[in-house]
Amino acid sequence: MSELAGLNDDVADTPGAHRAVDVTDLSKRYGDVEAVRGVSFSVGTGETFGFLGPNGAGKTTTINILCTLIRPTSGAARVAGLDVVAQRAEVRRRIGLVFQEPTLDNYLTAEENLRFHAELYGVPKTTTPDRVRQVLELVGLWNRRADQVMGFSGGMKRRLEIARGLLHSPRVLFLDEPTVGLDPQTRVHIWNYIEELRRREAITIFLTTHYMDEAEHCDRIAIIDHGSIVALDTPAALKASVAQDRVEIGTDDPERTVKELRDRFGLDATLSEGAVRVYVPQGDEFVPRLFAELPVAIRSVNVARPTLDDVFMAFTGRTIRDTEASAAEKMGARIWMRARR
Amino acid sequence: MAETAQFEVAPVRVHSGTLLDDWRAIRVVWKRELIRFRRDRLRIVTALAQPVLFLFVLGTGLSALVGNIGPYNYRTFMFPGVVAMTVLFTAIFSAVSIVWDREFGFLREMLVAPARRGAIVLGKALGGATVATLQGMIMLALAGLVQIPYSLTLMIELVVIMALAAFMITAFGLMLASGIQQVQSFQAVIQFFVLPMFFLSGALFPLTHNIPAWLRVLTRVDPLSYAVDPMRRAVLAHLAVPPALVRALNPGMTWGGWRLPTLLELAIVVICGVVATLVAVMRFSRTE
Repeated sequence: MSELAGLNDDVADTPGAHRAVDVTDLSKRYGDVEAVRGVSFSVGTGETFGFLGPNGAGKTTTINILCTLIRPTSGAARVAGLDVVAQRAEVRRRIGLVFQEPTLDNYLTAEENLRFHAELYGVPKTTTPDRVRQVLELVGLWNRRADQVMGFSGGMKRRLEIARGLLHSPRVLFLDEPTVGLDPQTRVHIWNYIEELRRREAITIFLTTHYMDEAEHCDRIAIIDHGSIVALDTPAALKASVAQDRVEIGTDDPERTVKELRDRFGLDATLSEGAVRVYVPQGDEFVPRLFAELPVAIRSVNVARPTLDDVFMAFTGRTIRDTEASAAEKMGARIWMRARR
Repeated sequence: MAETAQFEVAPVRVHSGTLLDDWRAIRVVWKRELIRFRRDRLRIVTALAQPVLFLFVLGTGLSALVGNIGPYNYRTFMFPGVVAMTVLFTAIFSAVSIVWDREFGFLREMLVAPARRGAIVLGKALGGATVATLQGMIMLALAGLVQIPYSLTLMIELVVIMALAAFMITAFGLMLASGIQQVQSFQAVIQFFVLPMFFLSGALFPLTHNIPAWLRVLTRVDPLSYAVDPMRRAVLAHLAVPPALVRALNPGMTWGGWRLPTLLELAIVVICGVVATLVAVMRFSRTE
């Protein structure tokens, strides 16, 4: 047993000998709810891999299993070649975590937060000062190192958390919604830092997001919906697989437009945020026909090459924002009920 | 290429948790409590306000009622209890701060680390104990105001007893906090746990023979009683009070008429602290 474990560790320390993440038929069930339904995938060493899906799709549950925070109901997962259930502490040494919610001590300075982390993760004493400096410089917070975290903006805190996640030189950095709750400009900054990090540290990054545009930063993306992976490929390949242009039509009578498109063109149009959306193989050739034959007054037409949003739509039948909206409604109802109780 | 060299990845250690890792985890969690204590000057001052009120307002009021005891004022006899009170409240606040750590997410940072839960809970217990002892020492500096001599042996005795009591109380607080998910529950802890513990400990009045049996039983169950009694005994030993009066003022902790020796009382304090720490470790190990 110990011999086997030792062998495993040796292999795990040879770069490239293992995939960074290897998941086989992983499931997690909470009572009657199946949060994750038998997902399988693997992530190569050095890859940036994105889990894309609406809130409640099972992204965070999967990431929590990989980070050894919850146990799977069935299936297996290995991170850095180590089993997430049987070799919990070993997995934890080799991963960096950045959660959705902040986990910093606001009363400590940036540097003290990092030193605390270094001690808990057993970073060798001699390397700690250099490493603290490296990661703080990486996220542009070296000159703020002596300031208490309570004075930091949301973006600075997130950057500090990313720095902390890297401090113990993990094999895999897990970022759960790294930009959630940040303004668009700060989101762009965070992504610049993540890109910089990929260039410098050659680290495997596993992230979740529900922002379509952010998924474009990934080498490969898994689209997850209702606890299952519905598509997995590079962003370019996913977009190519849709192979249809998106045409958005603004009219005075969207409902009638949807009906006319079905009756006259045989197209399955959807209504999203007041705009009628339809997918056709050749958008540019479709527009003249549309103007000629649609009996509804057209106010605007927009033809676009497929985006990841369209990919999500193609695989799940919904836009991610529709899903979010209904989730938000449910959430609102739940809060209201709790308040009444 | 130069950049890659500059950002060389530190080697990942493969061995599993060692005693050195546990020691480092305990020490850093302990150190964090001290840093936070030092930064929060306001807390140091407000934590003094309550015992000072008890000693100089309630104490003065009671003195007028009781009258002088030999050359001493009733405040002199309240002093050990008020010091114990300082330690009690500071230790509980430190322990229950783990609920705030949960609220603000920092608990997660500690619990997802490869460090053992036991090391983290022990670090927190020792940190809270140190902070409460320091706060108690600030209170102890007021001894001269109530005619208690600054004798070195007395001060050392009191600091040792405070440290043991502080450890026990912090451990109890951590045990309670392990079951608390919300900051709002904190008030309940104070009402149902800390205040009874304080009132039953004999901190405000001596546990004389003529208190009713039900109250006597409750005071014997309160672990804090076993720390307050040795403190009062140490103070009385350094005052010029006739032995008969000492016995009247501090009949001490008895079990069926048997006066417990100080060392046994302190052993009870330590055992309670260790048991509470173990329970807290178990309960924190169960959560994610």
